[in-house]
Amino acid sequence: MAGDLGGPVSRSVFSWRDLGGEVALALTARPARTLLTALGTILGVAALVATIGLARTAGNQIVTRVSELEATEVVVSPERRGGFGGGNRNTGSAIPWDAESRLTRLNGVVAAGTRTSVNVGERLARSVPVIDPLGQTEYQIPVIAASPGLFEAARAQLLTGRTFDGGHSERGDPVAVLGPAAAQRLNVVRVDNTPSIFIGEEPLAVIGILADTARQPDLLSAIIIPDSLARARFGAEGVEEVQIEVAPGAAPLIAAQAPVALAPNTPELLRAAAPPEPERLQRGVESDLNSLFLVLGGISLIVGAIGIANVTLVSVLERTGEIGLRRALGARRSHIAAQFLTESVALGAFAGILGASAGVLSVVAVSASRQWSPVLDPWLPLVAPALGAVIGLVAGTYPAWKAASTEPIAALRGSA
Amino acid sequence: MSPVVELDGVGRVFPGPPEVEALRDADLVVETGDYLALVGPSGSGKSTLLHLLGLLDRPTSGTYRLNGIDTGVLSEPERAGLRASEIGFVFQAFHLLGQRSNVENVMLADVYRPGGRRRRRQRAIEALESVGLGHRLEGNPTTLSGGERQRVAVARALVSEPSIVLADEPTGNLDSRTSAAVMELFDELHGRGLTIVVITHDDDVAGRARRRMRIQDGNLTAIGAGAA
Repeated sequence: MAGDLGGPVSRSVFSWRDLGGEVALALTARPARTLLTALGTILGVAALVATIGLARTAGNQIVTRVSELEATEVVVSPERRGGFGGGNRNTGSAIPWDAESRLTRLNGVVAAGTRTSVNVGERLARSVPVIDPLGQTEYQIPVIAASPGLFEAARAQLLTGRTFDGGHSERGDPVAVLGPAAAQRLNVVRVDNTPSIFIGEEPLAVIGILADTARQPDLLSAIIIPDSLARARFGAEGVEEVQIEVAPGAAPLIAAQAPVALAPNTPELLRAAAPPEPERLQRGVESDLNSLFLVLGGISLIVGAIGIANVTLVSVLERTGEIGLRRALGARRSHIAAQFLTESVALGAFAGILGASAGVLSVVAVSASRQWSPVLDPWLPLVAPALGAVIGLVAGTYPAWKAASTEPIAALRGSA
Repeated sequence: MSPVVELDGVGRVFPGPPEVEALRDADLVVETGDYLALVGPSGSGKSTLLHLLGLLDRPTSGTYRLNGIDTGVLSEPERAGLRASEIGFVFQAFHLLGQRSNVENVMLADVYRPGGRRRRRQRAIEALESVGLGHRLEGNPTTLSGGERQRVAVARALVSEPSIVLADEPTGNLDSRTSAAVMELFDELHGRGLTIVVITHDDDVAGRARRRMRIQDGNLTAIGAGAA
């Protein structure tokens, strides 16, 4: 046995490895109890992660579904200038007829086309050159002059036939594409024999019928004719507006460039309507969804922290004998505090990991059931365990202090 | 070579009100290899003396030298270090952790000891073998009899090779037959040269010690032969 100790007295130790080992043994000694203790925090973290994830997913979904059309659309029209120069009159010269070829040269433009309502005056449309005194065969149907690119820019789908192209437009061919409502009224159902219709006395060959359009809904009830024909035969004066389909994200750029490309000398006479920025819209949706559920998640986190604090405090009282024993075996107050604090931090981090997993899974499950694409900030699953650890730290501080201030003499006197 | 324990006029007063003088002007020398029994009725100051000897408490007067070191000038971390490496405790209530195996319970004694990492499990196994429990290494203390549990606790006290073992009513929770078995173990350890101080109110237990001292109302006096 030891005799005189020559050197200074060594202080007692508690290595990191031993700390980790003791904490692991303490937490795994009663797994069911550990899990129940962590349950409140698990639910809280899961609620937060699911809330943030679902808000992000839903916000993204709303933007995708509602404004995918708007986000890729720019419409250029002449600025209305009341009481100056032309008065109320359309400043028809502001948009040139070759707008389509000017715009498709811009990087980011997918398709562009002009449209102009044609004033046909008293002229009615009919499909047969016969005037039937018994039934109505003549209708007042709007006529729209379009450049060939308008169909693509408006995302028109054909029911049958074809649309007119640059050749038709160049030659001023008397051709027409009918909107479905116009086709029904004119009783045109097939185009393989290129049926003729008349606007007043002007004959037109029908080469296609539209099924639907995503933009420019008035095309659906109109007779659409090449713009050159409209100028030559119907006296169209100037382009009413230009419909542009842009690549995703290019809308703000094109909205700035288009007026200059169309009217280099007087871009201020043109107005380009670009969609609202999607990020802003998305942020609005998120904040609406978030605030309520974040409050709920925060409350359940507080409840979870109280749960950890409660059970840890009870276990400090239960383990009074163990604390006394450890002190007798050489543990300092700081060692006891470190052990209990680490236990609750580890418990909190464990709860954070489980909660984050549950939250991510529920985001994925909800997205799958709605056929949404789940969107999750990558930092979220990383921050969640840290949040759990912080909760454990806060919850464990008082119990750890209580454990450290347990008097070993009193603790050892208790029964086993 | 200094004695293991040297108390010089040690007193312990618990501040009131009412102020209690639990130990008064105690002188005690425990040499290496000694086997001392401290007897006295409850409330006599036995436990106070044991806690002072075990460095769990500080005297309010006098000096306590352990292996020649004045423990009064040491910091708490240093006193904790001495507890870990120089003192072995055996408690009436055993204080074994029910969720851990016997060998893990013994290994716990090396967690806080400087240099306690080396061959920890190996030395715990050797300690259990030395108390006759080499066949119950992985079992759980809750499956052991009272006598076996106390032997695990003794093994835990021995594993750090302390200068002195302090036993506080080691047979208080045991029946007379298992008590005798545990006391035989103490005899055997004493025979191997271990220094032991036993606190007891059981005359049979006290009778096995090499010498006995009595505490009454905070006064420590020798019984029969032996010096104070």
